Amino acid sequence: MNIIIVGCGKVGSTLAEQLAQEKHNITLIDKNSKKLQDISNACDALGIHGNGASFNTLQEAGVEEADLLIAVTDSDEQNLLCCVVARQSGNCHTIARVRNPIYHKERDFLRRELGLSILINPEYTAAAEIAKLLQIPNAKEVDTFGKGRADLIKMVLRDESPLNGMLVQDIDRKLKCQILVCSVERDGDVVIPSGTYQMKAGDKISFIGDNESIYRFMKRIGERSGKIRKVLIVGGSILTYYLVKKIENTGFDVTIIEQDMERCNELSVMLPQSIVINGDGTDRDTLMEAGLASADVFIPMTNFDEENIMLALYSKSVSDAKTVTKVTRLNFEDVINELPIDNVVYPKDLTAESILLYIRAMENSGNSSIETLYRLDKNRVEAIEFLVSDSCSMIGQPIRSLRLKENLLIAAIIRNGKIVFPRGEDSLKPGDSVIVVTTQKGLDDISEILI
Amino acid sequence: MNKKMVLKILGYVLEFQAVFLLFPCLTGLIYREWSAGYYAGVAAGCLLVGFLLTRLDTGSETFQAREGFATVSLSWILLSLTGALPFYLSGQIRGFVNCFFETVSGFTTTGASILSDVEALDMCMNFWRCFTHWIGGMGILVFIMAIAPLVGGNNIFLMKAESPGPSVGKLVPRIKTTAKILYLMYFGLTVAEFLLLSLARMPIFDAICVSLATAGTGGFAIRNAGCGGYTVLQQGIITVFMIAFGVNFSVYYFILCKKIKDVRKSEELRAYLGIILVSIVLITWNVAHMFDSIFQAIHHSAFQVGSIITTTGFSTVDFDLWPTFSKTILVCLMFVGASAGSTGGGIKVARFLLWFKTLKKEITTSIFPNSVKRIKYDNRPVEHAVIRSANVYLFLYIIIFVGSLLLVSLDNFDPVTTFTSVAATYNNIGPGLALVGPTANFSGMSVVSKLVLCFDMLAGRLELLPIVLLFVPRMWKR
Repeated sequence: MNIIIVGCGKVGSTLAEQLAQEKHNITLIDKNSKKLQDISNACDALGIHGNGASFNTLQEAGVEEADLLIAVTDSDEQNLLCCVVARQSGNCHTIARVRNPIYHKERDFLRRELGLSILINPEYTAAAEIAKLLQIPNAKEVDTFGKGRADLIKMVLRDESPLNGMLVQDIDRKLKCQILVCSVERDGDVVIPSGTYQMKAGDKISFIGDNESIYRFMKRIGERSGKIRKVLIVGGSILTYYLVKKIENTGFDVTIIEQDMERCNELSVMLPQSIVINGDGTDRDTLMEAGLASADVFIPMTNFDEENIMLALYSKSVSDAKTVTKVTRLNFEDVINELPIDNVVYPKDLTAESILLYIRAMENSGNSSIETLYRLDKNRVEAIEFLVSDSCSMIGQPIRSLRLKENLLIAAIIRNGKIVFPRGEDSLKPGDSVIVVTTQKGLDDISEILI
Repeated sequence: MNKKMVLKILGYVLEFQAVFLLFPCLTGLIYREWSAGYYAGVAAGCLLVGFLLTRLDTGSETFQAREGFATVSLSWILLSLTGALPFYLSGQIRGFVNCFFETVSGFTTTGASILSDVEALDMCMNFWRCFTHWIGGMGILVFIMAIAPLVGGNNIFLMKAESPGPSVGKLVPRIKTTAKILYLMYFGLTVAEFLLLSLARMPIFDAICVSLATAGTGGFAIRNAGCGGYTVLQQGIITVFMIAFGVNFSVYYFILCKKIKDVRKSEELRAYLGIILVSIVLITWNVAHMFDSIFQAIHHSAFQVGSIITTTGFSTVDFDLWPTFSKTILVCLMFVGASAGSTGGGIKVARFLLWFKTLKKEITTSIFPNSVKRIKYDNRPVEHAVIRSANVYLFLYIIIFVGSLLLVSLDNFDPVTTFTSVAATYNNIGPGLALVGPTANFSGMSVVSKLVLCFDMLAGRLELLPIVLLFVPRMWKR
């Protein structure tokens, strides 16, 4: 596909890299020619220097032949304008990043009236992600499939966990839980385990199941499952606003520490149920006063990655709170993942993920449609949910007889609202949602799971 | 420096060299010449060594600018060394330095020869000489990029090091597709010339060799009389194609995409054609009395101007006998060279345009010290880095030129010979004036001079820096 990306920021460059790897033709537009050159060299894309909202620049970038335009500059208005101009001068799908809450509220109108395909809001996506994490206390990552019917949970095995030393195939027998382990990250390597794979402490396992069996499973393996009540947030950004808006009415006690008095006032108006404290969130006394020691979850979300990480580390030393840390820059992802700070949320990565999902869905040939897509374990594993249509050739064939690609697992089927772990004699039916977990990247149709 | 990665790519280069060598081998078989065997032998050797090198376990995939520069320079040296072997082994050219000179001259599309009787060579030898022009014209690594599955995304450094001109851009997002498009246009134009020459009744073998040599803007002739023996029509076709191959290939891409507006916008194209036109007019006026008709004067001056500015180096007449004014114009054209992004050599019209604009800006700034003016090229502001590198290029160009001049002057030839021998090789043209003029050759030079000129040819073709960087110790450190 021919894809134009306007804006070479962090999201723009992450996308360019990913999409170039997936063999798309990428054209980048940016006003900063140095940055443009670096990125277009690094990921084999064509760089066009100029304003992405200008008709001439877009023409030069080949908007007539483009299939998709993604506007991810740091200005909402420019992004919207880029998409509108592109819609008028070519015939491409358009994706705009829009983060202002005012536009976010009007997103349906904007999409309809301006002819945009989707509006991406990184802060909102991240807030949704964090809200999910708050539901399951010990999960490192939570990804939802089948409109909430199934969850994919990632967690780290502790030394005292009963899973330590257990074979994957014994889970069902010993713990009486209907869950399926679909990928394990050990010492930096990622595998899709077979039944005879032995788990050990320190593994990061991802498993799939419905809400009920996940709850039971967590309890059986002795993970804390008590409900979270007290949430402490540092930093009152848009992200904080979205997050609190989402969880405010579900029984959480939220305390927000924000440095800027004016912003505090705004927040207190917008979020009347929360306690807003004006103070320096990096100050120990302020934190203790806000109740860090007794908090269930601590969420540092200042604008500085380093500060967030420091705060998370500090909270680990003074309280039992689960930490959810926001990190904007992706450069040191691997180092951060090794730190003892429970959850890390990367808004940029989430944005890239949702755009990739859209692109895969565009490429889909009609045998199925892509419902959801998640990238796990440092982007080395993809979990994709396909909706099987009537015309799919695999319907009715026992799964045992399908010749699947290597490192690919049909993890679960969601049928009639229930999750089914397929056995060899099961087969696909029209209307099934099939969750495939694989290290093979770039699948965009269910037929591609076959060799 | 990731030396293993460089070696691995050199392995690919050798494998491709083996494939290239099969073409003269085939020619030899067609004309039933024993010397074809030497090509087969060298090809087998290249294939073997190349195969071993490509098996190398590289460890890290690091491939940055420095690896790109090193790979390009070493590839060209390696190609020239292996390409010289058939000449040497068959004994058709005496002395390895002579063989090396001839091959370097071929690959760099110079066309300077040390042979006084080219017709004595086997057909396959002559074919190989012209074929090296064709390979070297567009660039060997660009070719490899077009078809081989080469290392990750950083190939742009290879292309940058090999493609002529002050700034290198891609035509389409993928570098591989860009390389393919470039080669397809190159191939298409070459075939077009061959067909036209055949229609004009040139013998097939001559038509092939001349087309290959014109396409690369090389200039090796396979007749002792150069292009003088061909008919006026044939010479006319060659003139048109020489000038065509000196045009930036992105212009052809724009024409193919029907973006005529962009073609008209190209300042370089206008300047290039303008220089050609003015030179033809001036020389015609200057040499008119030497020819029977004004048409002949136009015809020959056009051929010579086209041949020199595109750095091809073919000749229809001995322009060494022309008046000094005409010769001076031709020498000036040697330095101007063809357009950036073409197959020609020289300093390039684009750089001169940049320099003129810098000069204009400097004059304005002298009169209005606080004036602000960005230099624009093709209607877009030029990055300072581009201008800086063009200026550095000029300085380096002069240093190498003067250094070579001093070394060659040790041979104690007359000043014109000394000067034009360096100018003609450094700018990848071929023939100079006086003792290295169109009817003479470089065989009289000493071994040292020949090696110096070989260096000049490589430096000129690769735009100086890649070759110079080979001698910088820091380049090789980790």
